[in-house]
Amino acid sequence: MYMISVTKGAPDSSLSECVNEGAKKLFTLRSSLSTKRLVKEELWPVKDVSFEIRAGEVVGIIGRNGAGKSTLLKVLSRITEPTSGRAEIFGRVGTLLEVGTGFHPELTGRENIYLSGIILGMKKTEIDQKFDEIVEFAGIAKFIDTPVKRYSSGMYVRLAFAVGAHLEPEILIVDEVLAVGDSQFQKKCLDKMKDIGAHGRTVLFVSHNMQAVMRLCDRVIMLDKGRVLHDGPAHEVVKTYLNAGFGASPAREWTDPSSAPGGEVARLRAARVKAEDGRVAEVLDIRRPFTIEMEYEVLTPGYVLAPHFHLVDEEGTLIFITQDLDPEWRRRARPAGHYLSRVEIPGNLLTEGTVFVGCHCITLAPDLVQFAASEAIAFQIVDNHDGDSSRGDYVGTMPGAVRPLLTWRTQLVGSVASESFKVG
Amino acid sequence: MPESSSPISVVGGVPLRRRTVIEPSKRRFYLNLSGIWEYRELLLFLAWRDLKTRYAQTAIGFAWAIIQPVAMMLLFTLVFSNFAKLPSDGVPYPLFVYVGLLPWGYFARSLDKSSFSMVAESNLISKVYFPRIVVPISAMLVGLIDFAISFLLLLVMMAFYGVMPSWEVLFIPVFLVLTMITSLAVSLWLAALFVRFRDIAAAMPLVTQLWMFATPVVYPASLVPDQWKWLNSLNPMAGVIEGFRWALLKTPPPSLETMGITVALVSALLLLGMSYFNRMERKFADVI
Repeated sequence: MYMISVTKGAPDSSLSECVNEGAKKLFTLRSSLSTKRLVKEELWPVKDVSFEIRAGEVVGIIGRNGAGKSTLLKVLSRITEPTSGRAEIFGRVGTLLEVGTGFHPELTGRENIYLSGIILGMKKTEIDQKFDEIVEFAGIAKFIDTPVKRYSSGMYVRLAFAVGAHLEPEILIVDEVLAVGDSQFQKKCLDKMKDIGAHGRTVLFVSHNMQAVMRLCDRVIMLDKGRVLHDGPAHEVVKTYLNAGFGASPAREWTDPSSAPGGEVARLRAARVKAEDGRVAEVLDIRRPFTIEMEYEVLTPGYVLAPHFHLVDEEGTLIFITQDLDPEWRRRARPAGHYLSRVEIPGNLLTEGTVFVGCHCITLAPDLVQFAASEAIAFQIVDNHDGDSSRGDYVGTMPGAVRPLLTWRTQLVGSVASESFKVG
Repeated sequence: MPESSSPISVVGGVPLRRRTVIEPSKRRFYLNLSGIWEYRELLLFLAWRDLKTRYAQTAIGFAWAIIQPVAMMLLFTLVFSNFAKLPSDGVPYPLFVYVGLLPWGYFARSLDKSSFSMVAESNLISKVYFPRIVVPISAMLVGLIDFAISFLLLLVMMAFYGVMPSWEVLFIPVFLVLTMITSLAVSLWLAALFVRFRDIAAAMPLVTQLWMFATPVVYPASLVPDQWKWLNSLNPMAGVIEGFRWALLKTPPPSLETMGITVALVSALLLLGMSYFNRMERKFADVI
């Protein structure tokens, strides 16, 4: 049973937007051809999901990659049809699954505002009204009549987001689009989203960014393997999610090139965490060095690439970024091919807990994101309390983003002064 | 906020919001005309975008809309008139073939554009909802500008050859609409199939080429032997091109019987094509 229902706040007249049954999805090639033959391979990205959302609620949907979040959004925004089940929605739905949907590089900023706005479901008159506001939000007034292909990636993203942020449907469905631009612009986007929610619109917000989810949403639904695992107040569900270290796997492969993260130049194939002995390991000793590696394909030769990892802790805080500085390839255009880049992380650096690794790659000059797979893999750092880690003999909670083992020198430099002895 | 497009009814003073039900569709026949109407702005904007970007960074831009048919006209005149000595119903051959190339060129280009349009817009299709049928329809509209431009050149040529059209010219819009509908009817099938079977891409140029020579574009319909005439009446483009020639050059008109078959055939193909396309559209995002 899968049920989404949007109910109007007024107590005397509650409308409900219900999805009865399950919005189920069936990925199978030939299921419809034969009714007698058993369908061999079935994948249900979303199965037996059921919930109800009231008008004006801002609901976060979280879950690991492959939990069914995107499928759910696609079903609710009518991009794909469910295999079975039913959803009922009351209100005009706007979908923001990507930044810059419908943008065309040859067109100017002004033209793209109209084109993208209309594609996202606005009316032309509506765009006329909001045009100045959009331009101001993006802060690109000077370049409004320049083709967007000449924009810097920052300007492009700001304009693209500005259009999406001014969609004013009764129900807004947003997928991970806030992770764009610099942190200042991200904050602006988040405020805008918050504003949309505060004006009584219903927002469904999918994100891996737990801080954004907590700031924005009152309620969070956590999906796992296509089912609803938790549904409740935002901070509770987020906490559960983070504590669970969610089915995080230390190795991941993208076998299907069409769905692997990637751009025109490079495509991610695999990522792994390996312990000292070279084996994929989920649990790592805090004292020992280990290796993180990614396999990727360079599809278009001639670019200088900067593959890098983001290490993020369970609170969603970025611990650090480390990038490929191998002198062999630094500042050197790469030929096409299959690459393996690995970095050794020293022991006694990270703190205990779950660490998520995002696999990223950009080209340098022009800086273009090739892939950005956040939380692609994860591992646990544990301390065995043997006394030779940074923890020493202390057994309590030890906060802090990193836990380096540093060298201390302590000397006895004299005897206690008699005066201070008295005061103390 | 503009709610004009959403049907709003009021119960007890509380505005009811538009209700959308999402479930596996069971409708066998579904034209979704209201959806097309609702998304008419999108349809026009997509066409406007294609128009605007088509000749971006070309030196001579829309002149290409003239160069193409003129080059074909010269080539065909050389080959079929000068070498092969094909008759042309008493009309100067260049004019005769150009009038045939106008609708055919539009038809072939629209067929190509519309059939590939779904895959060309795959990014949009996987990111936002709209009735997918607006994509091939808008692709079909874009070619009208090229048609208009090359039509202007036709007027110049007619003045040059001293051919004066009379009242029959009023039928041009009818034949143009028939061309548009034919191209849409065929391309809806191809566009929906192309999402699944990329073979269409390989087959298209061949099919278009064969279809052109099966249609009286470079030769007059009167040249078709009697036992093959029935085949011509099953080819909607044959009637359309004969119609264009009749309306502009006063060559013998297509028979009413031919036109009747053409209209019936194209209408059926269009309605079934729309329904087939709409039935398939909800799976497009998964397979594209």
